[in-house]
Amino acid sequence: MTELPRSYADRDAVARTFDLFGFLSRYGTVIALVLLVAFNLAFTRNFATMQTLNVNLTQVCTIVIVAVGMTLVIATGGIDLSVGSLMAISGALAPMIFMGKILPIGSIYLGVAAAMIVSVLVAGLLGLFNGWLVARFRVQPIVATLVLFIAGRGIAQVMTNGNLQTFRVPEFQWIGLARPLDIPAQVIIMAVIVAAAAWALKKTLFGRCILAVGGNEKASELAGIAVSKIKLAVYGISGLCAGLAGLIVIAINSSSDANLVGLGMELDAIAAVAVGGTLLSGGKATIIGSLLGALTIQLVRYTLLANGVPDAAALVVKAGIIALAVWLQQQHRG
Amino acid sequence: MTRPPDGLFPLLLEMRDIQKRFAGIPALADASLSVRSGEVHALIGQNGAGKSTLIKVLTGYHRKDAGQVLFEGEPFEVHSPHQAQVNGISTIYQEINLVPLRSVTENICLGREQRRYGLLDWNAMHAEAERLLSRFAIGIDVRRPLGEFNTATQQMVAIARAIGFSARLVIMDEPTSSLDEREVGVLFSVIHQLKAEGVSVIFVSHKLDELYEVCDQVTIMRDGRTVRSAAMKEIGKLELVAAMLGRDVAAVEGHATAFGERDRSRIGDVMFSARGLGAGQAVRNVSFDLRRGEIAGFAGLLGAGRTETARLVFGADRPSAGQMTMEGAAYHPDRPADAIAAGMGFCTEDRKGEGIVPEMTVAENLTLALLPKISRNGVLDDSRQREIVERFIRELGIKCSGPNQKVRELSGGNQQKVLLARWLAMNPKLLILDEPTRGIDVGAKGEIQRLIRRLADQGLGVLMISSELEEVIEGADRIFVLRDGVSVTELEAEAANEEKVLTAMAHGTSASSEVTT
Repeated sequence: MTELPRSYADRDAVARTFDLFGFLSRYGTVIALVLLVAFNLAFTRNFATMQTLNVNLTQVCTIVIVAVGMTLVIATGGIDLSVGSLMAISGALAPMIFMGKILPIGSIYLGVAAAMIVSVLVAGLLGLFNGWLVARFRVQPIVATLVLFIAGRGIAQVMTNGNLQTFRVPEFQWIGLARPLDIPAQVIIMAVIVAAAAWALKKTLFGRCILAVGGNEKASELAGIAVSKIKLAVYGISGLCAGLAGLIVIAINSSSDANLVGLGMELDAIAAVAVGGTLLSGGKATIIGSLLGALTIQLVRYTLLANGVPDAAALVVKAGIIALAVWLQQQHRG
Repeated sequence: MTRPPDGLFPLLLEMRDIQKRFAGIPALADASLSVRSGEVHALIGQNGAGKSTLIKVLTGYHRKDAGQVLFEGEPFEVHSPHQAQVNGISTIYQEINLVPLRSVTENICLGREQRRYGLLDWNAMHAEAERLLSRFAIGIDVRRPLGEFNTATQQMVAIARAIGFSARLVIMDEPTSSLDEREVGVLFSVIHQLKAEGVSVIFVSHKLDELYEVCDQVTIMRDGRTVRSAAMKEIGKLELVAAMLGRDVAAVEGHATAFGERDRSRIGDVMFSARGLGAGQAVRNVSFDLRRGEIAGFAGLLGAGRTETARLVFGADRPSAGQMTMEGAAYHPDRPADAIAAGMGFCTEDRKGEGIVPEMTVAENLTLALLPKISRNGVLDDSRQREIVERFIRELGIKCSGPNQKVRELSGGNQQKVLLARWLAMNPKLLILDEPTRGIDVGAKGEIQRLIRRLADQGLGVLMISSELEEVIEGADRIFVLRDGVSVTELEAEAANEEKVLTAMAHGTSASSEVTT
């Protein structure tokens, strides 16, 4: 039996009544963020300082950068589990290049430039590999990206023989340590990436195609959209974002440990995207939402730690927030 | 089982005045079905006639709102298909899922393994599998993996598994749709076996020839009601099709659609032609021409291959045989983008599944195929998009609160207009419309029909698929009737009437060509 369309007037009436769940799923993240800041202002000592802002922003940067790529992937109805491992690969590769372990490079500037470009590009290519599995062979995204989730960290460990690489190379480490205009460099990078992605998603052909593919793949195909190319592109971009985040992490730490760089990042990024209000089934996405989502999760963690709650307990609260966000989405849609 | 003197076996199943509503909308209004023991009973009707709902009520998948079901003379009420099977009613679906790497026995006994001292009793199970298969005159080594046997045998094993020992009534829902001719033959011999043992079969199919080959009795449903029940040999194909579609073959008059008068003088030369198109079982040999400014109608029953042909033309699927030309040049699209580049548009029948992008706005849906044309260096030109969207909202009378309303909030008719606009905005030369007025209200239906006529008068070539007979007959300038994946008849509008189209749908030839041969 085909479902009969509800009359236009009917739908209109429904739309006019106040939709609490719709309101919460749209503004819930902002409300949560405001409440958290208010709570901290009242109860956390020394909250309203530049130092607090800096700590939180520098910690959240890498999550946000990865979450931008993740948002695009999720917008097409996919998911990328490999981002943490790609961070490890890029984080392992870059020091090997600028420390001259692969081939000696005379100028440190040349070495650093090569290290940054090559390692981010390698992560991007591995992202394309994910996209190729998804688009060409129609492998489910969660399975396709599981391949590099598992193998990626292994590759990073093999590349470094499992050794910790330590270095002190200011020419490279500006990416995580420099403070032009008293703003951490990675915060500027994050802001640029967020702004570019938000603009692209709203205003460009590419962004529109991403949302169309996630919203209805068959309809997009019939409308002449090159669905496979779009999928390839989003996984590639997700890889590039992960590669860049990997560089920032090792720059901050002055060391690269293939076991630890980007560990668990895929989950943090997915959580940020989900809390931010992007539809996990695709077709509706917000980059700014993902930014707010990451900030919320970060601030929850900070609040709990600053008030003496152990990190392990903070994880439980984090999980609770994610569950709440996803539940709100479901209510709104259902 | 020997036939009683009066030629009739006792009633096995009786469903009387069954009613079922979904969200207040009646799916079954007054449906009845009576099946005798050892009878093969055809259940037919158009899409949405209520066949599946009736069967799902019987097998406990849905609960009926009103009515009575008697099975072997007793009131019958089950709450799950499994319970129905235990009580003697088995259902065989289109796709048969078995495990080719496991033995025949394992496949047959899956889910009803026999145990002895807590372990599987293989000897007993092998014996049971052999006994079961011997009922269907199959003698194979049940210890071998199922995948080693040919498809026909696997098919029989699947049926044997579904039927088991206890089935008194077997429901087959379009069992032949994925089978080739030889396998169909095997299936029919199984049906004869079942019949010989007094098992009844309810046979759901859209293929008329099959019905006449294997069925004794037929029940025809339309709009949730049983409209006719007769012995298969007493009802002709034409009568059958007419009853399914709700047409009175003799009396048809007036205009039921809003297409209006056609201006035949504006029809130009042949723009598109297809010769001998084929793809799998669904499309076997389809040829047709489409002229500039002409509406060509595709008529045919469900499963005749109309949508499948349209998808080949649009590059959504690839043909395995045949040629196409577009504007005199060879045309073989690999993907819809190629068809769009050649100046085609395709309005799908599955509006929800492959038409609208529900989370997007009216504007975004309307411009989906147009995106490259409204962007510069990859950046969308908002003002140009707004201009086009507002023009089409006005011209087609799309009722929405504005370009930014979510398309899922619109009525079916307005969604359909958005989809039409999506293609019209491309300025196409050829537009394929698959069921353009299905599931939309009468007002919007008339508007869309008038629009189609106006577009054709402006020189657009339209290929219109419709299951509504009057829409094809009054709307099309030329009608192609498809039957079992073959384009069997071509009728000029002047020469076409319901009887001829129905005859072609039923027999494969139109009345006129029968006269000439």
